[in-house]
Amino acid sequence: MISAQTTPRERPGRLSDAAAIDAVGLAKRYGDVAAVRQVSFMVQHGEVFAFLGPNGAGKTTTVKMLCTLARPSGGRAAVAGFDVARQPKAVRRRIGLVFQEQTLDDRLTAEQNLRFHAVLYHVPRGEVEQRIQRVLRLVALEDRRHDLVSTFSGGMARRLEIARGMLHTPQVLFLDEPTVGLDPQTRAMVWEDVLRMRREEQVTIFLTTHYMDEAEYANRIAIIDHGTIVAMGAPDELKREVGADTVELVTADNAHAAGRLDRAGFRVQQDSGHLVIFAEDGEAQVPGLIEAAGVRVRSVHVHRPTLDDVFLHYTGRQIRDEHADRGVPMRVRARTARR
Amino acid sequence: MASAALDLPGRPLADERENLAEEVRTVGMVWERELIRFFRTRSRILSSFIQPILFLFVLGYGMSTLVGSTAGFDFKKFLFPGIVAMTVISTAISSAISIVWDREFGFLREMLVAPVSRTALVTGKTLGGASIATVQGTIMLALAPLIGVHLTAAVVADVIGLELLMAVALTAFGVFVASRIKRMEGFSVVMQLLLFPMLFLSGALFPLNGLPAWLAVITRINPLAYAVDPLRRVVFAAQHMPPAAAARFSTGVSLFGYTLPTAAEVGIVCAFAVVFITLSVAGFGKPE
Repeated sequence: MISAQTTPRERPGRLSDAAAIDAVGLAKRYGDVAAVRQVSFMVQHGEVFAFLGPNGAGKTTTVKMLCTLARPSGGRAAVAGFDVARQPKAVRRRIGLVFQEQTLDDRLTAEQNLRFHAVLYHVPRGEVEQRIQRVLRLVALEDRRHDLVSTFSGGMARRLEIARGMLHTPQVLFLDEPTVGLDPQTRAMVWEDVLRMRREEQVTIFLTTHYMDEAEYANRIAIIDHGTIVAMGAPDELKREVGADTVELVTADNAHAAGRLDRAGFRVQQDSGHLVIFAEDGEAQVPGLIEAAGVRVRSVHVHRPTLDDVFLHYTGRQIRDEHADRGVPMRVRARTARR
Repeated sequence: MASAALDLPGRPLADERENLAEEVRTVGMVWERELIRFFRTRSRILSSFIQPILFLFVLGYGMSTLVGSTAGFDFKKFLFPGIVAMTVISTAISSAISIVWDREFGFLREMLVAPVSRTALVTGKTLGGASIATVQGTIMLALAPLIGVHLTAAVVADVIGLELLMAVALTAFGVFVASRIKRMEGFSVVMQLLLFPMLFLSGALFPLNGLPAWLAVITRINPLAYAVDPLRRVVFAAQHMPPAAAARFSTGVSLFGYTLPTAAEVGIVCAFAVVFITLSVAGFGKPE
């Protein structure tokens, strides 16, 4: 794991053009407010990289800087080998964007939305049809091709946006809170689509989320809080960092079992009605624990640290305390108010 | 992650300059979208005819009895070209409202983040709105026989050209307002405050000559006056107008006692269009 405060001076000189994204000391101020303070990270080609953090942590601002929609007030970044400040058009041609808010024209059909995008992103005429077919197939919306987007459910619209983001064969796909406001089933479908895109189109994925379970899909996570990356690494690494697994045992004779386990070298704690054993890789230890306990075991429960524990560890807060999905009802209202 | 094993889909490296062919393609696509959206909303097509038709028949017949006719030429005939212009102007300006919708529903963002110039987007949008307005205005010409206005193919061709010019100018103006205004309510308010006075003082509804001095000044600074007058001149040129009628229902906008030629009026409208296209491009701003 790369330690929390990665200083911008660590990697002086050129930005990497071999990486999908290379950010060094990236910062953004709005007046007196520092939205992002010197974040540095590198994302390799083909990686799924997640920015995890509460609302207002600086996730969207970082995405905006990487997508050339906001000028960094400090630091530098390269996306797909191009400097975001100096070569914004070259960057934009090589990235796909899916925003938090819907950006489809719902009075056009799915196909018309895609054709519009194909032209604006300079997809060669001869390739447009083939790309439209392919991305629609990848999100399983081929049969809705000629339907107006206004007839789409929220999940379908989101999947169409992901397809559109991939239409011009970008090298990096940015997803800003891609599943916010969707029900769990739909979220799972959206995720299947995203991961299929990565597999089939070899695209690098940069996403922001405040859903812990979604961050699990990422190869690597950066936890961002108050504009600073407080931890970065693979989900399992981060969890290991926070602490060992715990195994809860309920046995026929807890006191007796505790003594035996202690003598066998395990760290045991006796709670009311059950034993708690701290162990690296708890699941693999279960057979050994049962044997060492030497009495009948009634139940076993292995608890691995979750990203919630990781977030709590680094920020001292629970991420879910800070959220309500406010964006959703607003969008629903806006939709129904239309026309 | 074995990144080295991945074959990256490489596109040829392009520099930061605009590619003219791609820009033209973008203008075409933005234009096409405006038309698709317009033809999909039949209510909008119908409603944009109701107002001018009301003006033409209610105001036309109502005022004709009061004003009477001079040498067989009545107020309805005078009004007709004005109403055609009015149809074009109001359709053009309100077509820009789609930008406010696009902003509200996020699609504007899809356009603004694309690697294309703002000029291409504004041009496409302006030409789209202008095409719709021109078609609407031209459909109004079908009412000419009912009013007793005589049209020839040449007159219709000239009218369409003038309609297109004023439609471009007014759509560009609308796009500029929309680029500056973030909310739906704001756009409607600005349009009510600007569009109606401008239309009433454009010469569409009454001759601009022989007005009290204060009103004459206001009409002369109204750019719509220079858009409406050429259209009326072209239509009147094809009518049988005895000198008495021509004097009563006069055409031409005089500035400092000098009547501007049609070419000058057209030039003013062109300049108006260029100014507002430029302002619109700037109006959509730069990244944060």
